[in-house]
Amino acid sequence: MTYQPSTRQQERIAYRRGRAVRSVLLAAASTAVVGVGLAVGITGAPGWERVKESFFDLDTAQKYLPQILEGLWLNLKLLVVCATLALALGLLVAVLRTLRGPVFFPVRALATGYTYSFRGLPLIIVLYLFAFGIPGLRLKGTPDVLVLGAAAIIVTYGAYLAEVFRAGIESVHPSQIAAARSLGLSYRQAMRHVVLPQAVRRVAPPLLNDTVALQKDVGLISLAGPIDAIRAAQIGVAQDADFTPYIVAGVLFVLLALPLIAVTDWVTLRAARRQNAGT
Amino acid sequence: MVSRFTPVALGGAALLLAAVTACAPADEDETTTTPSAAATATCDPASLKTLTAGKLTVGTDTPAYEPWFADNKPDNGKGFESAVAYQVAQRLGYQQSDVVWAQVGFNNAIAPGPKAFDIDVNQFSITDERKKAVDFSSPYYLVRQTVITTKGSKIAGAKSLAELKDAKLGAQVGTTSYQAITDVIKPAGQPQVFNNNDDAKKALENGTVDGIVVDLPTAFYITAAELENGVIVGQVAQVGVPEQFGIVLDKGSPLTGCVSKAVDQLRQDGTLAVLEKTWLADTAGAPELQ
Repeated sequence: MTYQPSTRQQERIAYRRGRAVRSVLLAAASTAVVGVGLAVGITGAPGWERVKESFFDLDTAQKYLPQILEGLWLNLKLLVVCATLALALGLLVAVLRTLRGPVFFPVRALATGYTYSFRGLPLIIVLYLFAFGIPGLRLKGTPDVLVLGAAAIIVTYGAYLAEVFRAGIESVHPSQIAAARSLGLSYRQAMRHVVLPQAVRRVAPPLLNDTVALQKDVGLISLAGPIDAIRAAQIGVAQDADFTPYIVAGVLFVLLALPLIAVTDWVTLRAARRQNAGT
Repeated sequence: MVSRFTPVALGGAALLLAAVTACAPADEDETTTTPSAAATATCDPASLKTLTAGKLTVGTDTPAYEPWFADNKPDNGKGFESAVAYQVAQRLGYQQSDVVWAQVGFNNAIAPGPKAFDIDVNQFSITDERKKAVDFSSPYYLVRQTVITTKGSKIAGAKSLAELKDAKLGAQVGTTSYQAITDVIKPAGQPQVFNNNDDAKKALENGTVDGIVVDLPTAFYITAAELENGVIVGQVAQVGVPEQFGIVLDKGSPLTGCVSKAVDQLRQDGTLAVLEKTWLADTAGAPELQ
């Protein structure tokens, strides 16, 4: 015998469907109102024509797109290198900061001092110190400014990421370590197989969030000389007295960030679903 | 090459025309062609209304820096601006002994109010803001872009643009200097771009760039006062919209038309080019790179 919902149940289903349709219609209507309002408000502004000319000029956009893309390629390369190394550095420092035992005090102190100072120091100043200060020492074999600038970004972001990792490690209940140790795992094994997997999973969303922020901050390296996407746009702006190149660079950055943001959202959602499983 | 200007018209008409020239729209100063009104005006010591009749008082700041002046003595006729001032005076019909120098601070020269000079030469770039307070003659110098480096750098002895091809060059973002790299020098590698000249200078000191491009007056200042081992490699061809240096006169001065005309003549007959070469390229060591 097939399941036959009762009349009451059918009424309930119909009612729910009705509410759903109603809310979709309402959302569409309010979106349309806001959209039209924005469009009328912006394009109807007295200065719109001038803004359109100096911010949304297609010819200028085309003219500078190749240079900006070339700069963006530098951003992308830097992002991959800096994100990988900063994550590794952050994880290492976080593990060092959570070491127990009086012997490790100097290590803990150094790790703590590092996270305190480099989270406080503005990235620009670290960049100046690395890209202009270190070559000034005139040591043999000083690397390229690009490498030095990347190092500055890694050191700064490593400090933020270390704290995120530490929060993850400390969020794992102490009973987990106790259980692991009682099963005969060493501290290292317990850390590696019990604590870190849970910790990293928990802090994945904030880590990805920091990576999205890093995507924009790697461009600051341009103050040391290399031309990144925003610098390329700035040169275009200065040459043509037209702000369109900035808009082009902005759009490209958003496009670059979209996949990462989508992944962050998906990871967050999945974590939430798993945490609430069974409720 | 330097010939004395002979007056072409006489009397009251000249005064009238001089007044007309003085009141002409400010744009006129930007053109290097001779305004037609001044062409027929009388510009000679007898009719020019200077501070002291028969004398031309020329102002400049003290100390007067090289290579614009020499030995802090504007009256020795050495240095680019001193030479220009004497040439202008000669065109107006003044003897060398009729030129009197006055010490006028840079800011005082363009401040409103009575002036202690007839004309002032002090590397004043012509801007619309300044034009509101003072008159400018036609430009006597168009600022050129210059490559500078430090002693021992691989481009320190470069004599031509070709020798800069493999150099790593830097400049401030959004400047004519940057354009000079991309449009004139065209090195093989990408230019390095800095937020300001201080950063560029630091990169030069550190050796992360081989040379930087700045405008000539800045090049003189940086190599003389700021960099320990700074050397000028050379000037490059004019690019973009150059900054212009003009002679400062009191707002509405009756001399503006005549002075502009004298400067225009100096430009047209090549005197300015010769002075530029003598005092900026040869004496001050900023040769032109071809």
